[in-house]
Amino acid sequence: MANPGRCGMVSGMASQTHTRAGFGGRAAGWLLALLAFFLFASLASCIKPVAEAGPLRFSLSWAPSLGVDFALAIDGLSLVFGMMITGIGGLIFIYSIAYMGGHPRLGLFLAELLLFMLSMLGLALADNLILLFIFWELTSVSSYLLIGFENEKPEARAAALQALLVTGAGGLALLAGFLLMGAGGGTMTISALNGSSFAHGGHGLYLPTLILICLGAFTKSAQFPFYFWLPNAMAAPTPVSAYLHSATMVKAGIYLLARLSPALGGTPEWRFLLVGAGTLTLLAGAYMAVIKTDLKQILAYSTVGALGVFTMALGIGGETAAQAAIVYIIAHAFYKGTLFMVAGIIHHETGIREAERLGGLWRAMPATAAAALLALLSKAGLPPFLTFLGKETLLKATLDSPWPWILTGGVVIVSISFVVAGAAVGLMPFYGPGKDYPKTPGRVPATFWMGPLILAAAGLAAGLGNGWMDRWIVSPAVSAVVGKQVQIHSALWHGLTPELGLSALAVLLGFGVYFIWSRRFRSAITWWNPHPPEWVYHAGLRALDAVAIRINRTLQSGYLRYYIIISVATALLVIAAPLAGVAPGEFHLERWLDGHAHEMALAVLMLLAAVMAATAPARMTAIVALGVVGYGMALFFMFFSAPDLAMTQFGIETLSVILMVLVVLRLPPQKKYSSPPSRLRDAGLAIAAGGVVTATLLLATHFPQGSALGDFFADNSYISAHGRNVVNVILVDFRAFDTFGEITVVSVAAIGVYSMIRQPARKKKADNR
Amino acid sequence: MEVILSFLTGSLYAAGLYLMMRRSLFKLILGLMLMGHAANLLLFTIGGLKRGAPPFIQEGMSRLTGDFADPLPQALILTAIVIGFGLNAFAVMLIRRVHETTGTDDLDEMRHADGPIR
Repeated sequence: MANPGRCGMVSGMASQTHTRAGFGGRAAGWLLALLAFFLFASLASCIKPVAEAGPLRFSLSWAPSLGVDFALAIDGLSLVFGMMITGIGGLIFIYSIAYMGGHPRLGLFLAELLLFMLSMLGLALADNLILLFIFWELTSVSSYLLIGFENEKPEARAAALQALLVTGAGGLALLAGFLLMGAGGGTMTISALNGSSFAHGGHGLYLPTLILICLGAFTKSAQFPFYFWLPNAMAAPTPVSAYLHSATMVKAGIYLLARLSPALGGTPEWRFLLVGAGTLTLLAGAYMAVIKTDLKQILAYSTVGALGVFTMALGIGGETAAQAAIVYIIAHAFYKGTLFMVAGIIHHETGIREAERLGGLWRAMPATAAAALLALLSKAGLPPFLTFLGKETLLKATLDSPWPWILTGGVVIVSISFVVAGAAVGLMPFYGPGKDYPKTPGRVPATFWMGPLILAAAGLAAGLGNGWMDRWIVSPAVSAVVGKQVQIHSALWHGLTPELGLSALAVLLGFGVYFIWSRRFRSAITWWNPHPPEWVYHAGLRALDAVAIRINRTLQSGYLRYYIIISVATALLVIAAPLAGVAPGEFHLERWLDGHAHEMALAVLMLLAAVMAATAPARMTAIVALGVVGYGMALFFMFFSAPDLAMTQFGIETLSVILMVLVVLRLPPQKKYSSPPSRLRDAGLAIAAGGVVTATLLLATHFPQGSALGDFFADNSYISAHGRNVVNVILVDFRAFDTFGEITVVSVAAIGVYSMIRQPARKKKADNR
Repeated sequence: MEVILSFLTGSLYAAGLYLMMRRSLFKLILGLMLMGHAANLLLFTIGGLKRGAPPFIQEGMSRLTGDFADPLPQALILTAIVIGFGLNAFAVMLIRRVHETTGTDDLDEMRHADGPIR
C-alpha cells in the first residue's frame, strides 16, 4: 500500500544522511589517507635496519598445538609490498574523495577500502601459513564487497560473486596446500620452511603441495585460464580497480609465489607450471589489451599481461629473474595505478570510457594529461623510468633461460602490446581533435589529479634513483626471493646489448602499430574476439545449482515424517556400522537368567502395551496402553531401588493420562492415513533402530562403569548438605540451579497451556482450500 | 536383568519411532511420550541396576556405605520425567488447539505456513 507520508519521511531522511555522509566521508577520507601515510612512514623507517641487519620479527603464540602463531616478519619483500599497499592506499583514499564525492555510501566505501588495506598489509607481513591464509581470504572478501559496491547494478553483483567464487575456490586449494606443506615441512612458520629443504629433499608431498598452492596463487593473480574474473571486476568503482585490481591485490598470488620460492622453487615442476601459465597469461593479456576499446578493459587485460610476466619471471628463477620481477612489480604499480586513476578521471569528467570516442582533453585537464604521459612513457619502458630497468633485466633473464626464443619473443610481444594499450589510454583521449561529450569536462580538482601525478612522478624518480633503490629496496627483496643475501647493481646504460636492441625494437613497433595503423589494425583483428574461458565457470555454477536443488528436494521434502525417517536412518547407519563386527557372544545374552519372574512378566506386559499403543485403531485404547507403559516404568523404578522416581512417575503418569483423555474426548474418530506398504517400511526402520539401541545397551551394560560422581554424592550428602535422601539432595542442593531451570521450563509450559485454554481458537475458513 | 530391560528399551524406542513416522499429529505426540519413557529406561539401565538398595543414608550414619544404587542417574531421570511432563502437557494442548483451528489431525495438511489459516 502506498503511503505518501512515510515515503516523504524516508526520502527526507535519505537526503539528510546524504549530506552528513558527504561531509563526514570527506573528513574520513583525509583521516584514512593520513593513517595510510603513517603506516607507509613506519615501514619506510624499517628499510635501513632490514637492509643492514636482516628481517625484523614479531610473534605471539595463538594456537601452539596447531602450529598457528600470530607471527609477522618484515623483510625486503614484505617491505616492497607493504609500502606499495600503504603508499598507493593513501593516494587512493585522497582520489576516492573526489571520485566518490557526494556518494551517499562514501563512508561504507572507505571502510571497505580500509578493511582491504589492512588485510593486504597483514598478508604481506604474515610469517605463518595459516595467518597468511586468513589475511588472504580477508582480501578476497573485501574485494567481493568492493567489486559489488554499486550493488544496484546486476553486472556488478555478478562480477563480485564470480571474483569471490574463483578466488575462494583457489583459496580452498591454497589451504589444502598450506596444510600439506606444514605437514611435510614440519612447521607452519614461513621463514622456517624457507630455510628447510622441502623442495630439494624430494619430499613425497612436494608435488601435490606445489599444485595446490599454484592453484591458489593463479586464481588470485588472474593467471591463465582463471583470468576472466579480472576484466569483469572492472564493474567496481575506479579507485578499486586502480588499487585492488592492478596495484596490489591481484599481486597477492605473485607475492605468495615469491615468498615461498626458496622452499618450493627451482625444480623442473615449478618451472614448468609457472613459466607455462605465465607465458600463456601474458600472451592472452597482450592480445586482448590491444583489441579492446573500453579504457578500463584495456588496462585490465594489460594487467593480466603484466601478471603473466611476473609469474614467468618467478618461474625462470635465479637472481636476475627475481630482480626483474621485483623491479617490474614496483614499476607496474606506479604506472598502472596512474593510468587507472587517469581513466577514472576521464570517465568521471566526460562520461565516456571508449578510447576512440575521446580526444583533445589535454586543454581541459593538463595535470591529468601530464600524469598520463609520464605513465605511458613508463609503461612503454623508456629510460630513465624504472620500467626500463625492469624490462632490460627481464630480457636478460629470458635470454639466459632454457627457452630463450619463446620467452624472449613473449616478452617482446607483451611489450609491444603495453605500448599500444598505454597509448590508447595515455595519448588517444588527450590529443587530436576534441569530441562531443555527454558532460562538459570542467576543472579537475587537485585532489583528483594529485594521486596519479605523484604516482607517475614516483616511477620516474625511482628510475633516476636506481642506485638508491638497488641498495635499499631491490637487494633485500631479491635476497628474500632467492633465499640468500645478494647485492644488486643496475645501470641505466649498459652499452649496446641485445636487451637494449630488443627493448628499442618493442618500443618502436609499439608506437608504430599505434600511430600508423592502430584504427585499421584494431578493426581488422576484432573479428577474432575470443571469450575468456569463462564458460567453464558458468557450466560449473549451473551444475552446482542443479545438484543443490536435487539434494534439497530430496532432503527438504516438507513432510515431517520424511525428516524423521532420514534422521533415524542416518543415525542407524552411523551406529550400526561398528556393531556389525561384534560377535554374538559379546552381547552375553545368558545374563537374562538373573531376572525374577515378576520382573519378566512386567516387561512382557509393557512390551505388549507398547505394541498396542503403536497399532491401536482407537485413540482411547492407545492412551490406556501408554498408561500401562508409564505405570510399568514406575514399577521398575521401584524394583530397582529408585523410590523417588517411582513416586514421581506414578503421579505424573496419572496426570498425563487424565489430560490426554480430556483432550482426546473432543477429537473426532481416528482415520487411517497411510498405506500398508508405507506402514511396513516405517515398522522395519523403527524395529531396526530399536534393535540398535538394544544392542548398544547390551554391550554397554556388560561393562558397568564405576561412577566417581555417585561416590562423591554418597560421601558428601549428609556431611555437606545435611540430607539423607541422596537423590533429593542432588536435586535441591548440589544441582539446585538445574532444578531452578527445570521449574522455569515447567512454568513456561504451564503458561502456554493456560493461554491455549483461555484464548478462543481462530477457526479455519472452510472455503479456503 | 539388564538383558531384559535392554530389549524392553529397544522395543519402546521402536514403538515410539514408528508412531512418530505417522501422519496423525496425535500419534506423533504419543510416539514422543513413548520415546521419553524409552530414554528414561535407557539411562536407568545403563546407570546400573540394584535391587533393594535405595540411596538413603541410614540413621546414625554420615555417608552411604556398602552396596547402593547410583544416585546420579536417578537425579537426572527425575529431572527428565518432570521436564517431559511439561513438554507433554503443552503438546497435548497443542493437539487440541490445532484441531480447533485447522479441523484436521493430518500433518500433511499443515505443511503450508501461509496456507488457509487466517
